[in-house]
Amino acid sequence: MSARRIFARPARFAAIAPYVWMVLFFLVPFAFVLKISLSQTAIAQPPYEPVFDLAAGWGALKAAFAALSVDNFRLIGSDDIYVFAYVRSLTVASAATALLLLIGYPIAYGMARLPKNWQAVAMVLVIVPFWTSFLIRIYAWINILQHDGLLNQILLALHLVGQPVVWLSTDTAMYIGIVYSYLPFMILPLYATLAKMEPALEEAASDLGAPPWQVFWLVTFPLSLPGVGAGVLLCFIPIVGEFVIPDLLAGSNSLMIGQTLWLEFFTNKDWPVASAAAIVLLVVLLLPLLLYERLQKRQLEQGR
Amino acid sequence: MAGTMADELPNTHVATKAADGDAVAAGRPLLRIESVVKTFGTFRAVDGVSLDIKAGEFFALLGPSGCGKTTLLRMLAGFEAPDEGRILLGDKDIAQALPHERPINMMFQNYALFPHLSVRDNIAFGLKRAGMARVDIATRVSEMVALVKLEGLEKRKPDQLSGGQRQRVALARALARRPQLLLLDEPLAALDKKLRESTQGELMELQRRLGMTFIVVTHDQEEAMTMADRIGVMKSGKLAQVASPRELYEAPRSRWIAEFVGDVNLFDGESKLRDGHRLVIGTRDAGALVVAEPREPIGAGKLAVAIRPEKVKLSRRGPVSEAGHETAINRLDGVIADICYLGGTTTYKVKLDTGGTLQASVANSARLDVDAYSLNQHVVAWFTPDDCMVLQS
Repeated sequence: MSARRIFARPARFAAIAPYVWMVLFFLVPFAFVLKISLSQTAIAQPPYEPVFDLAAGWGALKAAFAALSVDNFRLIGSDDIYVFAYVRSLTVASAATALLLLIGYPIAYGMARLPKNWQAVAMVLVIVPFWTSFLIRIYAWINILQHDGLLNQILLALHLVGQPVVWLSTDTAMYIGIVYSYLPFMILPLYATLAKMEPALEEAASDLGAPPWQVFWLVTFPLSLPGVGAGVLLCFIPIVGEFVIPDLLAGSNSLMIGQTLWLEFFTNKDWPVASAAAIVLLVVLLLPLLLYERLQKRQLEQGR
Repeated sequence: MAGTMADELPNTHVATKAADGDAVAAGRPLLRIESVVKTFGTFRAVDGVSLDIKAGEFFALLGPSGCGKTTLLRMLAGFEAPDEGRILLGDKDIAQALPHERPINMMFQNYALFPHLSVRDNIAFGLKRAGMARVDIATRVSEMVALVKLEGLEKRKPDQLSGGQRQRVALARALARRPQLLLLDEPLAALDKKLRESTQGELMELQRRLGMTFIVVTHDQEEAMTMADRIGVMKSGKLAQVASPRELYEAPRSRWIAEFVGDVNLFDGESKLRDGHRLVIGTRDAGALVVAEPREPIGAGKLAVAIRPEKVKLSRRGPVSEAGHETAINRLDGVIADICYLGGTTTYKVKLDTGGTLQASVANSARLDVDAYSLNQHVVAWFTPDDCMVLQS
């Protein structure tokens, strides 16, 4: 099909546009990163070799290809620092996502049961924090959590603690920051599924003899699973790669993979190893995504 | 829904059935609604309704949208609690009981089938909640599936069923627990006309065979007339009239009911004159009309004379022999102004010489229309005093 025909039909072009976007802004950059991950670090500009130089001719290009190796991946596999960082990232992301689900579900459920015009208000309240810069909000948390911050002042005033508690540079602070920042991403998809659920379904369950907790477990929750899946993915994946929140709120004795990447890139200037670590992270994150896809497909097939 | 299910159904009410038996023994109604009021903000959705429902009755709540019939039904199911009044099921006041505590089940307007459960699991849902043994559940589910003729579809999910099949699943699910009372909220509204008519018959047969008490909410007066033993007409939160279909149609208690149930010709009257057992009412649009004295005495004030279109006879010359001996007959001259052929009947609109219009519905008893009237033809419309209803405006 000629280019002219594609562009002559807006509908066809619209169907192709997302793929063009994906190739330009995902696959091409990915190829760059993959290539860098197979290179070796060098004191040069750019700080790695070999460099593909199309002007240098076919022979040079072939030599450059031959110089690529998977050494960086071997290094990542053999060095505990990276393995620990991955494990910690996945652990933190799992725990934080579980917390988000526990906190976000009741909020989304409550929102979906509000009168229609109040739902809009609640929606705005959930979204409004986005209007402030993310960094400022995290710095605000530093303020709240520091030694003489708001939280300790309140706890002391209420005589709940005898002396200020150390919050900053702990995992607790990091979890607070993560849960706070990602809550809207959990609430919104949950709210969307819960709000469009027919209220008569819950009534039917209770009419058929189910007490409230059974109505929830047997009808409401199973029917909200698509929302749960979307919310969990929307939170889990970015949290695994989260850099800012752990860097500002957590201690420095154990790092998440995002922080490790930062160190390799900017402190060690080791672009190839950092690229390799990023590629491994991508592969690790693809797994839950594929799992979710598989699950959804099976659900659809069961429905047939 | 043919079969012999009803006779074989063992009487194993999941819910308490003591109340049921006592009530029947004492000749009391199964369900007694006493001056129930429900307000939403300042709006009185149900405004002092009292009603008795007998065991085994097929009762219809009929009314336009917003009349409070659905709110009343939802109070019976337990989704709304009345602000005032009592709801007695047998001896027990259930007004404040939660839905899952009531031996009442409901068939929802859009069926509210659980989309994530199969037909089998939808029907078994209520049985599992009642703690029935697994074997008994399986038996009961297959009974129900047979009852509503859904054999072979047990494993399907609701979105793989047609509208009519979904309706049957909803019915089976609501009946599975053998409720003392089954509530049906617009049960046929989502079906097309042909299916609706056949399902009406099936519902009636099922109700009779199971000997169960049905309360159906509908806005469709034809549906209510076809199925119900008694009809309660609701208007603005109040019961306007509770009567059998025939009584409702032939002796509506008010002008509003006469207009709501079926078609009717209405002539506002200004004066009243007694002549033996007859009343003469002077109307603006149809002159003086002779009507039979109504059973209930009529107060002074504005009146309306109502005649159903099918009670009006048309002829070219005037009243003919079959009622020829009738002395006090209402005879109105006019011209055919509009003809509406409906297949079984033809509705003529007659422009009366006295100024009003009169609708006459004539059965098309002959295939060839040699006797049909044509536009602008002069006709005589007539009806007897007994065919007239006198209504307080």
